[in-house]
Amino acid sequence: MSKDIRIKKGLDIKLVGEAEKTTDAAKASSYYAIKPEDFHGIIPKLLVKVGHKIKAGEALFHSKSDETLVFPSPVSGEISEIIRGAKRKILEIRILADATQVHHDFGKKDASKMSGEEVKAHLLATGCWPFIKQRPYDVIANPANSPKAIFVSGHNSAPLAADLEYVLAGKEAELTAALTALTKLTEGSVHVVTKKGGNSPLANVAGTTSHTVSGPHPAGNVGTHINKIDPVNKGETVWTIAAQDLIIIGEVLLTGKFNATRTIAVTGSQISNPKYVTAIAGANIKDLVAGNINLDNTRVISGNVLSGRQEGAEGVLGYYDNQITAIPEGDDYEFFGWNKPIFNKVSTSRALTFSWLKPNKKYDLNTNTNGEHRAFVTTGTYEEVFPLDIYPMQTLKACMYADLDEMEALGMYEVAPEDFALTEFVCVSKQPHQKIIREGLDLMLKEIG
Amino acid sequence: MSLKSKLHNLKEKYKGKKMAPAFNALHTFLYLPNETTHGGTHVKAADDLKRTMNTVIMALVPCLIYGMFNAGYQHYLATGAIEAADGFLGASFWTLDNLILGAWQVLPLVIVSYGVGLAVEFLFAVIKGHEVEEGYLVTGMLVPLIVPVDIPLWMLAVAVIFGVVIGKEVFGGTGMNILNPALTIRAFLFFAYPTWMSGDKVWVHGAVERSQQIAAGQNVDAISGETLLGAYAQNSTLPGIDYWDMFWGLIPGSVGETSKFLIIIGALFLIFTKVGSWRIMLSTIIGALVMGLIFNGVVDAGWIPDTSKFYGLMSVPFWQHLIIGSILFGAVYMATDPVTASQTNKGKWIYGFLIGFISIMIRVFNPAYPEGVFLAILLMNVFAPTIDHYVVQANVKKRMKRLKVKTA
Repeated sequence: MSKDIRIKKGLDIKLVGEAEKTTDAAKASSYYAIKPEDFHGIIPKLLVKVGHKIKAGEALFHSKSDETLVFPSPVSGEISEIIRGAKRKILEIRILADATQVHHDFGKKDASKMSGEEVKAHLLATGCWPFIKQRPYDVIANPANSPKAIFVSGHNSAPLAADLEYVLAGKEAELTAALTALTKLTEGSVHVVTKKGGNSPLANVAGTTSHTVSGPHPAGNVGTHINKIDPVNKGETVWTIAAQDLIIIGEVLLTGKFNATRTIAVTGSQISNPKYVTAIAGANIKDLVAGNINLDNTRVISGNVLSGRQEGAEGVLGYYDNQITAIPEGDDYEFFGWNKPIFNKVSTSRALTFSWLKPNKKYDLNTNTNGEHRAFVTTGTYEEVFPLDIYPMQTLKACMYADLDEMEALGMYEVAPEDFALTEFVCVSKQPHQKIIREGLDLMLKEIG
Repeated sequence: MSLKSKLHNLKEKYKGKKMAPAFNALHTFLYLPNETTHGGTHVKAADDLKRTMNTVIMALVPCLIYGMFNAGYQHYLATGAIEAADGFLGASFWTLDNLILGAWQVLPLVIVSYGVGLAVEFLFAVIKGHEVEEGYLVTGMLVPLIVPVDIPLWMLAVAVIFGVVIGKEVFGGTGMNILNPALTIRAFLFFAYPTWMSGDKVWVHGAVERSQQIAAGQNVDAISGETLLGAYAQNSTLPGIDYWDMFWGLIPGSVGETSKFLIIIGALFLIFTKVGSWRIMLSTIIGALVMGLIFNGVVDAGWIPDTSKFYGLMSVPFWQHLIIGSILFGAVYMATDPVTASQTNKGKWIYGFLIGFISIMIRVFNPAYPEGVFLAILLMNVFAPTIDHYVVQANVKKRMKRLKVKTA
């Protein structure tokens, strides 16, 4: 049964530097890097050594707890460096890319004729499994489980996010193949949520349940959709997968090749010409933004400003990310910044902050915290930007004092850190909401499992 | 070298030292810090706690200024030096004489409140090594507005120390306290020095002094220092005061609570800026009106003889309860303290309603002191977590029910 979800609570943070709808091919990076920290909770066991030659799609490492869960190389080439941190933790695996890419051939498959177990085995073997995440806990899905439903969001409402309708256009065959494969993985429905009034190639694919959504961010967050369509109860699992990753899965099925090429939105006020580029996961950010960025006191983020990762201009594109954001650092003092009227920053209050006067103005926000860390004081502000049927402040506090029963009762099974990105943005006390939720989920995973 | 870089160098120098919180408190007062985001969201909204607190202070400033004028006005009026003012803009109210006398009385209260309170806050911040939090900025402003104008300064200082230490710091500081610190201070004064905080002498500047002179045998006229509520509780009333005087605030009372007009303006400002909770303000007023209506009903039904000592306040028309006493001030500035109020939106309705309801109940039945607002708010501060618990449990039960339907 399809639903029309309307979100009222939320906030669209309008920023300068939206990507123009033209796509260039980024120049090939000299090396590509995979960071195991992209795969939260996975302890990597290396399958390669420095100097090994590897084809695109061949495994770099597997999960320590599950040998079948392999993580593929996005490119073909030679393992050039394995960077380790404290306690020999693997931070980065660098691959020197070949000039002409060679792909491992996994063989063409017709998903509609495969059984659920066959699809599962094929996705694991081809290294596509890490694209599938699960709730509870917001980690890579456990292949041993069977989810009650699978959710795909076809709408990205985060600030400056890549327009999914634009980047998915022309990939109908891959998307259909991938969605067909997903329908084999669950007894329940594959819910696909697209923007209301849009024209997404994801909508109305046979075998899936299509929904539409409208309203401010987080209207596009899959956590919002799950909460409104089929919330996660204790003991239940749902799987989620990002729309762009469906293309990679679809291509594996249709051609047998693992091709982690994505269309990336290069955005933010420090980018001189915001646009889309095509690039392979793990590419060097400096190759994606070459000649197109002002590097003077700039923060470069892989992902969006709410839940992306600070990478720096020398960093790499995150494994799941389809956006680069560059904004100015805010490491300067502001005279009487706490009481003078503010016109150039976003606020949900009207306490001499005037962003309510111009709801459509685009802001050039920097990374200043605009205040110091404090205990929770104000109430009711989070609820205004939090559309889930969950009490955000009570949940955060339960995580902070690590009361597992209360966390469970308040709905922690349903949430991911990104659901608390907006409450973190508006937080007057500057509390790190996403970190609190992540640590709470990790604790639950460890204690309850 | 600019002031900015000088202060930055000093901050680096003090980093990790005992005095760092004290220095940072002064530094962040001048400059928004240069902190940037790490992990989590890379951008943050413009508001911080200082801005929120500052907004409340701005809403209180008109009440403070009015309180100064009123302190002088009430004194000169009681001594017979001036005629009663005619309305809010009355000629004998906004005079320099009134302001000078009032400021002379009220400003020391403000200075003592902030000086003593912030000293305690800085001390705790340095001892415990946390930053000085902004909660006291509002408390320090509220305290002079809710005490009688002639209160001795030492008494105020003792109460402020008690209120900040016992009301707040022992719980962990701003954001952790159970009771509203300003009202804790008020309650301490009330119970520790009852003869000062009630009765018919303390509400007008000079009244106490004059009564002492009379007791000493001097031949001078007494000054009445009674509030309207006090008079009603005695089944009498004050001469020459009409409803408009009560609304504009031309009556004796605590320093900042008399002008309902300015309180309403402050309330509108707080609601507009989204800093104060309109739910609590509205539901407190509804609660007060309901209790007032019940008392009026009891009087109309003839269940209470007009010789009863409760008759005077019970027979006050229900809507007048809003313009006498401090119910509006309490509803707007005290009940809405987000730390001690209910934290859920549904809880705020219940919490506010009960504050209004109980305020008027105490006002009518309290034999010792004819005002109940601060007691009602403190009582509901204690019950606010309980209210929230049941509101949140409703959400939890919904989740449990969903699970049962699924597994059934």
